[in-house]
Amino acid sequence: MNRIKQLFEEKKNILSIYYTAGFPNIGDTIKIAEALEKSGADMLEIGFPYSDPVADGPVIQASSKKSLDQGMNLKLLFEQLKDLRKSVTIPVLLMGYVNPVLQFGVKNFCKACAEVGVDGCIVPDLPMVEYEEFYKGCFEEHNLSNVFLITPQTADERIHKIDGLTNGFIYLLSSSATTGKNLEVGNTTENYFSRIKNMNLKNPTMIGFGISDKQTFDKACSYANGAIIGTAFVKAIENGNIEENVSEFMKKFKS
Amino acid sequence: MKYKVNEKGYYGDFGGAYIPEMLYPNVEELRQNYLKIIDDADFQKEFHQLMKDYVGRPSPLYLANRLSARYGANIFLKREDLNHTGAHKINNTIGQILLAEKLGKKRIIAETGAGQHGVATATVCALRNLECVIYMGEVDIERQAPNVARMKMLGAKVVPASSGSKTLKDATNEAMRDWINNPVDTHYIIGSVVGPHPYPDMVAIFQSIISEETKKQLIEQTGNDQPDYVLACVGGGSNAMGMFYHFMEDENVKLIAVEAAGKGVSSGFSAATTYLGKEGVLHGSRSILMQTDDGQVVEPHSVSAGLDYPGIGPQHAHLFKTGRGKYVSITDEESLDAGLLLTQLEGIIPAIESAHALAYLEKMEFKGGENVVVCLSGRGDKDLDTYIKYFKL
Ligand SMILES: Cc1ncc(COP(=O)(O)O)c(C=O)c1O
Repeated sequence: MNRIKQLFEEKKNILSIYYTAGFPNIGDTIKIAEALEKSGADMLEIGFPYSDPVADGPVIQASSKKSLDQGMNLKLLFEQLKDLRKSVTIPVLLMGYVNPVLQFGVKNFCKACAEVGVDGCIVPDLPMVEYEEFYKGCFEEHNLSNVFLITPQTADERIHKIDGLTNGFIYLLSSSATTGKNLEVGNTTENYFSRIKNMNLKNPTMIGFGISDKQTFDKACSYANGAIIGTAFVKAIENGNIEENVSEFMKKFKS
Repeated sequence: MKYKVNEKGYYGDFGGAYIPEMLYPNVEELRQNYLKIIDDADFQKEFHQLMKDYVGRPSPLYLANRLSARYGANIFLKREDLNHTGAHKINNTIGQILLAEKLGKKRIIAETGAGQHGVATATVCALRNLECVIYMGEVDIERQAPNVARMKMLGAKVVPASSGSKTLKDATNEAMRDWINNPVDTHYIIGSVVGPHPYPDMVAIFQSIISEETKKQLIEQTGNDQPDYVLACVGGGSNAMGMFYHFMEDENVKLIAVEAAGKGVSSGFSAATTYLGKEGVLHGSRSILMQTDDGQVVEPHSVSAGLDYPGIGPQHAHLFKTGRGKYVSITDEESLDAGLLLTQLEGIIPAIESAHALAYLEKMEFKGGENVVVCLSGRGDKDLDTYIKYFKL
């Protein structure tokens, strides 16, 4: 069984952490994964950087740029992840934009993911219709989940369609925003979260964008199966010792 | 119709809408409504009224005598430089602002390279009393200072884009980020035939007035609405698409699109997209773009800010791939020389963008008597600094 499925069957209040591969140092990709698992992360989203990340705010933009400047690319990333499953047991997804995947080749990409033990992908600018027509077969053949995003503006009908097309989880954006905006849970956000909760989707849901502390994490968990933290984590590991920074950061959520 | 968009938003292998979910509702709203709105009789009436009384259309088709004598062909210039605000960009912004009003939008955003699209957007926002935010690369803010001043005077907020090469591509990224963060009340007026479907088609439709008029003017002046050649420069490709639009199905009219070679196609400082690029996805559509093997977008270079873009619109990629259009390139120096030549032969100072199209005339061979239309997409006022520095005037 796919590790993602198993995780959602076994756990509640899932904490998933996003970080950019090759940041802060090019060789940190695996080190961070190990440190995160050790300090209690339930799932990982490893970002492969792109030169023009339109859905990202300044923090993730900067981490992507630094990573690219240090020589990161998909080929190198898959080399770095070669022994991933020797030390990391939690589900791992790759997250990034579609153009690097296209240039790597969709088939090659899926195959490489399966070989290193990646469980799924999040490609925000890959449209549903394209996925259905050209990618889905390949993803399923390699047992990869493809995760779609939804926002407060996504229509119910479309959410049901996404629910039918995916088999990992659905990524709920707390608002239509680039990454790094703070979550302000007001009435409209709560209505939206409740609306999704009451739709009885087949897939579990994770809330992301703007989760930065225990309070926002707990709030998100009351509406979904868990939450995703990105910008706050990337900021926390920018400088200093990786292991210390990771364990310090994770303590906040595990109390 | 084999060069037009299909019902899925594609031109052959190119096009589509590669956008994050955050942009889907806005783009989908446009997709469902743009043709309905544009085809509406009231919309058409208002659009054409403004084109006539505000923009000053039809723009003349001018037979440039001294230029014609030099090349041994009849060189016609389609004078988009005479439009209000000085370039073809206003054709598109008038169309889109009317459309944005019909969709009930209150706030307008745009990217700009040379500042011509920014000025054209700020102008229509002043005209229709809508809030206006323009994203512009830091490098371009510096080299197109007069246009920055114009935008500010028109009441727009000019926001510098400081990521990447700090030029048009990065301004486009910032505008898309703004749109993601303002999903309800904002319309993004993209300035060229790029972006997710339906933008390339919508912008082409608004710019197609260029070739629509040209055909009529050619009949009046030559008795034949089909010239031998049609030339235009290509940044994203909107003036070229407007110039090609009604000639696309006339297969005996040769379409020539001129890209910016910068310091030379092999110099590492170039924006010659079809020459240097490969198929891929940028700014919401599948097209041809300059990129590394890993799919990272390569920073382009051109002396002309409006051509300093690493991609081209998907319809151009299709014309290129099918061979319907010929895609060539012109260096910085060749374009500046052609700009001075036009100034001194015809008394017209062209935008450096447009000068790229003119420069290609030097490389063509004519038997004599061919009819050639060059889209003079804009005037050179904004480029005086660059000209003066280069020619030490
Ligand atoms: C005068 C002029 N011509 C051409 C262009 C290039 O744009 P496009 O290729 O969309 O016509 C610009 C862009 O700013 C411009 O100002």
